[in-house]
Amino acid sequence: MSSRDFLFLMIAMGAVTYLPRMIPLVMLSRRALPPWFAEWLELIPAAILSALIAPTLFAQSAPRIFTLGKIELLAAIPALLCAVKTRSLAGTVVVGMLCYWVLGLVM
Amino acid sequence: MNCCQSNNEKQTGRVKAGLAASWPICLGFVPIALSLGVLAQKAGLVPWQMAAMSLLVFAGGSQFIAVAMLAADASMTAIISTTFMVNLRHLLMSSAMAVHFPGVSRRFLTLFAYGLTDESFALNMARFNQGGWSRFSALTVNHATNAVWVVGTVLGVYLGQLVPPGAAGVDFALTGMFICLLVFQLRGPIFTITALIAAACSIVAYMWLPGNAYVIVASCLAATIGLILKRTLLKRRITA
Repeated sequence: MSSRDFLFLMIAMGAVTYLPRMIPLVMLSRRALPPWFAEWLELIPAAILSALIAPTLFAQSAPRIFTLGKIELLAAIPALLCAVKTRSLAGTVVVGMLCYWVLGLVM
Repeated sequence: MNCCQSNNEKQTGRVKAGLAASWPICLGFVPIALSLGVLAQKAGLVPWQMAAMSLLVFAGGSQFIAVAMLAADASMTAIISTTFMVNLRHLLMSSAMAVHFPGVSRRFLTLFAYGLTDESFALNMARFNQGGWSRFSALTVNHATNAVWVVGTVLGVYLGQLVPPGAAGVDFALTGMFICLLVFQLRGPIFTITALIAAACSIVAYMWLPGNAYVIVASCLAATIGLILKRTLLKRRITA
């Protein structure tokens, strides 16, 4: 990606990040969001994170096919347990990385 | 002259109060910012690019996702639309925050909105609700945390140059991070159900759709199904 393309990408990302932060604050009407929309928004982060992780764990990339045999999936199990038990970001990342590393050496 | 001096002192006091309140966020940002920098370096970003991203975007979660997508050679459209969806939740925070700024100038609000993150929102809301919290202290919290974030992520890029590629499972760092962030999001059964639907949709969409469209398609679909489930289940519970 050229420097120009990269800057364009950052400006576009910045704009789509900034507008949702700014518009409700500046709109003087102070109208609340419709409840169904607020509830939909609440579900979005969990949905995105899950949609982002799933193919990494359950699919091969070339060709794109479903699989249950990836090291990523095996390493994700202890990482998930660690996240649920400790709720520590750093702890989860370290446990996941260690398991992934060891599994890569063994398998 | 006297009145201006005391006004200046008051303002300095508000900025100081903001700085004093923001240190736990700053401290929390340091390891996250450093790891983002390291991963960005592994994805091919150089220091000025990291600085540009942290300054222009300033949204941790979506920056991690963007780095992962850049590393996977995703299209610009996919990266921008995913960033938009990830950060759309700030609509909620922004409208909740608006209550505390009656009659405040648009200039102040446009400046304030830039630093509205999950962390600064949580802190400022708590302080506003306690009372006696000045909007200038709140603005200081936003910008102090932003400064730490920018410096931390750029330092992380330099740090990343010292980490050899593939060292000790570093390729799994992002996935591990997303797993933990997902667990933080699971605040009730409906969130877990939505996440499971999203995972299933995402795998199917990944196999059928080209590029990285699967993220947006699967998450919008899953959130919509989740909302419908929530509303119908809730209705049934009320009528039963």
